[in-house]
Amino acid sequence: MKILSKDGDSIVAEVDGVQKEASVMLLGEDVSVGDYVIVHAGFAISRLDEEYAEETLRLMREVFASEDMA
Amino acid sequence: MKFQDEFRDRALVQNMATNIRRMAERLKAPVNFMEVCGTHTMSIYQYGIRSLLPDNVRLVSGPGCPVCVTPIGYVDKALACTADSRNIVATFGDMLRVPGSHSSLMEERAKGADIRIVYSPLDAVSLAKNNPERLVVFLGVGFETTAPTIAASILEAGRQNLTNYCVLASHKTMPVPMDILTGDPELNLKGYLCPAHVSTVIGGNAYKPLVEKYHIPCVVTGFEPADVMQGIEMLLAQVLSGDSRVEIQYSRAVSWEGNPKARAILRQFFEPRDAVWRGLGVLPGSGLAIRAEYRNFDAEHVLTLDVPETLENPACLCGEVLKGKLPPFDCPLFSTLCTPESPVGACMVSSEGTCAAAYKYGR
Repeated sequence: MKILSKDGDSIVAEVDGVQKEASVMLLGEDVSVGDYVIVHAGFAISRLDEEYAEETLRLMREVFASEDMA
Repeated sequence: MKFQDEFRDRALVQNMATNIRRMAERLKAPVNFMEVCGTHTMSIYQYGIRSLLPDNVRLVSGPGCPVCVTPIGYVDKALACTADSRNIVATFGDMLRVPGSHSSLMEERAKGADIRIVYSPLDAVSLAKNNPERLVVFLGVGFETTAPTIAASILEAGRQNLTNYCVLASHKTMPVPMDILTGDPELNLKGYLCPAHVSTVIGGNAYKPLVEKYHIPCVVTGFEPADVMQGIEMLLAQVLSGDSRVEIQYSRAVSWEGNPKARAILRQFFEPRDAVWRGLGVLPGSGLAIRAEYRNFDAEHVLTLDVPETLENPACLCGEVLKGKLPPFDCPLFSTLCTPESPVGACMVSSEGTCAAAYKYGR
């Protein structure tokens, strides 16, 4: 979910047009408005890392190693 | 939606399916991979992942749905909490229809019991604050993802000096049942799609002992269709090269260390205990108990409950489904006597349950 606003430990996050309040008190790293987080039972538990997401997509799109294509 | 649409790209998934089929041609024997996360189970049914796989790559669903692995005895205890009209029982919605020995929370609510569905454990704390003359009992069910949120609710209740909030805890921890199932020769598992959300908390490192003990490939996998396909590819690559290690496919959300802050708060309030898993029995150290210093928040300490003897429906085969030994469609009750509207077993109740997913999305 994308963080729309943040006030102390409270955030409002949005996915597919649905907004939810959540707490970031369980998150070990700082997050700010615009970051994407995974929200579980009203708590952000992990921040989504854009670089890793791009890397995963790159690997998915890569034609697989020639040995596997034999 | 960013971080979502890209991982649902149909062409991408098809390409990966082609690649998986090519890789599978090199397998000497069929392989069974288990997904141990209710969200994976849902995704696999929803996107028809099985239909994209060759016959020699089989997916089996494991005990990854928290409501499903919760034993009937716990439901009976939760029902006993509703007997006293001074109590408000607060719960996540998916516990409502789970049958206990004689009733369900849904039935008791219809008869007038005060049972509230909450989205967050903090909502249950607010209930306690707003109803000082009542006792709020929160049904603490879930794995390592949920347990820290319950711990946080106890912390918050303590901060607010509330004496009318307690938790009926039945939390379970993940690597232990995987250990049991890996050692089961009947299942003959060759790899795990390790849970996504649980791993955000426990981290990729949590699976290393399992890999060292059984030399079984483990890939922490996201739950979008392309994630699941890539997780399967990574498992196959390990099997083909005779490798066994932990890999993190879901690297955008899961690190090797997990979330130490969430684990610290979990450990502050909970300690390991033996726990009963539906289908698997008592597994040592696989559950979480509220620590003695916080027992004023422990429903089992605060309340004296009159719990009837557990009565299992002998026809229910949820236990076998949870071990991955029985596909839902092979259960004689499936979609005849047991449906989401009128479930016999927990696997048909939760949206993360294998039977519920199979019922909703079909083969």
